[in-house]
Amino acid sequence: MKNFEEAARYHEEFIKGLWKENPVFVAVLGMCPALAVTNTAINGLAMGGATLFVLTFSSLLVSSFRRYIPKEVRITTFVIIIATFVTIVDFLLQAFLPAIHKELGAFVALIVVNCLILGRQEAFSFKNPIRLAMVDALGMALGFTFALFCLGAIREILGNGSLFGVSLFGPSFEPWIVMILPPGGFLSLGFLLLFFNWLKQRQEQKQSLVYLADAVAEVAEKKDSIISLKRGV
Amino acid sequence: MVEQEQRTGTSSTRMIATLGIAGLFSGLALVAVFLFTRPIIEANKAEALRRAVFQVLPGSSSFQTLEFSNDKLALLSVEQENNAPKSKNPQIYAGYSKSGKLLGFAIPGEEAGFQDKIKAIFGYDPQRRMLIGFEVLDSKETPGLGDKIIKDKYFRTSLTSLEIDPKIVAVKPGQKTAANQVETITGATISSKTVIRLLDKTIRRWLPSINIYLAKQ
Amino acid sequence: MAADLLWIFISAMVINNFTLYYFLGLCPFFGVSDRISTALRMGLANIFVLLITAFCAWFLNTYVLSHAPYLRLISFIIVIASTVQFVEMAIKKMSPVLFKALGIFLPLITTNCAILGLALFATNKGYGLLEGLVYALGAGGGLTLALVIMAGIREESKLLEIPKVIEGTALNLIIAGILSMAFMGFAGLFSTS
Repeated sequence: MKNFEEAARYHEEFIKGLWKENPVFVAVLGMCPALAVTNTAINGLAMGGATLFVLTFSSLLVSSFRRYIPKEVRITTFVIIIATFVTIVDFLLQAFLPAIHKELGAFVALIVVNCLILGRQEAFSFKNPIRLAMVDALGMALGFTFALFCLGAIREILGNGSLFGVSLFGPSFEPWIVMILPPGGFLSLGFLLLFFNWLKQRQEQKQSLVYLADAVAEVAEKKDSIISLKRGV
Repeated sequence: MVEQEQRTGTSSTRMIATLGIAGLFSGLALVAVFLFTRPIIEANKAEALRRAVFQVLPGSSSFQTLEFSNDKLALLSVEQENNAPKSKNPQIYAGYSKSGKLLGFAIPGEEAGFQDKIKAIFGYDPQRRMLIGFEVLDSKETPGLGDKIIKDKYFRTSLTSLEIDPKIVAVKPGQKTAANQVETITGATISSKTVIRLLDKTIRRWLPSINIYLAKQ
Repeated sequence: MAADLLWIFISAMVINNFTLYYFLGLCPFFGVSDRISTALRMGLANIFVLLITAFCAWFLNTYVLSHAPYLRLISFIIVIASTVQFVEMAIKKMSPVLFKALGIFLPLITTNCAILGLALFATNKGYGLLEGLVYALGAGGGLTLALVIMAGIREESKLLEIPKVIEGTALNLIIAGILSMAFMGFAGLFSTS
């Protein structure tokens, strides 16, 4: 019984970061990197990967030492831990993926002020055991990467006619250049959020119809049981 | 209120100790990663520089760094060469063919373009007083428009046999009549004019020191 | 020299606006921009912190970090956070009027990507003290400009009927996108023939 509950709990904490509590689409956190480096799909993925590295290791450390970190200095400690891993990933990228590092520029270092990472430490890793914290971190980071990839792909396809550098429509395609420029970042995320809002609104309308039907059914049921109760008395 | 104060238990010693330990581990981890990656990063940078120099000085297979300090241009010694990237003095690179003959100088420069600064490197042949190569190192110009300075083949080729006397000038497309003129790119006028201005300004700035250096050889 | 400084200022303020081109400072941009007076005060507080940061970044880079470049990020963050803390306490003591105008915003500014962004960009561009300060002034001015314009638009839009599906962040992002496009017109401002 415990194993099943545990597994379900892990599953829930993992999945929530991917969609229901997706950091970019729902909580709208960490917008700076989301918009700045998603001019191509590969850049979006790379930034997501770097954030994944930082978030998982930070959560690992914070969760491991949560009993020893005094409440009063917890934020400062989080920041020290996060900044360390950001610096590490910055050096690693510079050494092993210099082309990507050049594309991402100073935005790798700006991961340290991404509210997502500090937020997860404060809201979750500090209060939960290691494996749960890791699963939460993984879910959130993968959700973040997924969002960045979507944005990057949309902007690259529309603004450059390519995906991962591979031309999709041939040379006669007139690209919608503004999409790979800064306005494109704002507009892409704006229209994506609009689309998700619309989906949510439709679902809520369907859901409220279902609730209405359920409520009617319940009233109908209760009516019977109230009548039978009266008869019983 | 007194109760509340008594309840916040953590002593300052404990807080400082935690931060101290965190800082210590952080410092150790950073030093370790830094030492591990530094040689790789420097090798990457050296390789990128070598590629750029060989690109703008066709036929070259080795180069040496010259630094401008104390009002003159001088060759860097081997040990100075290792610290070359950290130096704040302006540097150019002398490229040599396989037989050791000086082919020319690779000179970097930057100029404010349409969006932001454009950084480029070009090759200068002192014997023919011509530019023989050009490569954009960093540009934030508008993709599809300004970035034609990177993509437009005709523009790039026109910079590989460019006389510098009396002055490198920009002309409208189709109006080139002399070897010191460069045609601007349609749809990227400002960016291409910036490149042309970069070339002329940079070579003028370096010519006196280069001539003095060559006279001493 | 003056022409260079002017380019740095104008470039940071409108051509490569920190918010509309580099996407920095978006948290206050979307969070605090619904009234012009608040936006203006937030912008001024930002300029203040940016100037201090530019100085600290230059100081650290020149005297400390040349020996330990790997400590750059950590030292920047800690210095920014502590400086803002001290400045807030100092303002509170010295000028209650100023504190009332700026004070609430100062802690919010600390994790603002624009502050750290300025320190990092200025470092990468190799700016000295004067250039760094001019850069901070331009960047802060640009932030304030973007904030105030956005606040103006949002104040006006309160009088309109907005479909619920687009209301909120989605609409603000689209407005920001159009604003960003408008600012693209500033590119090429400095080019001479």
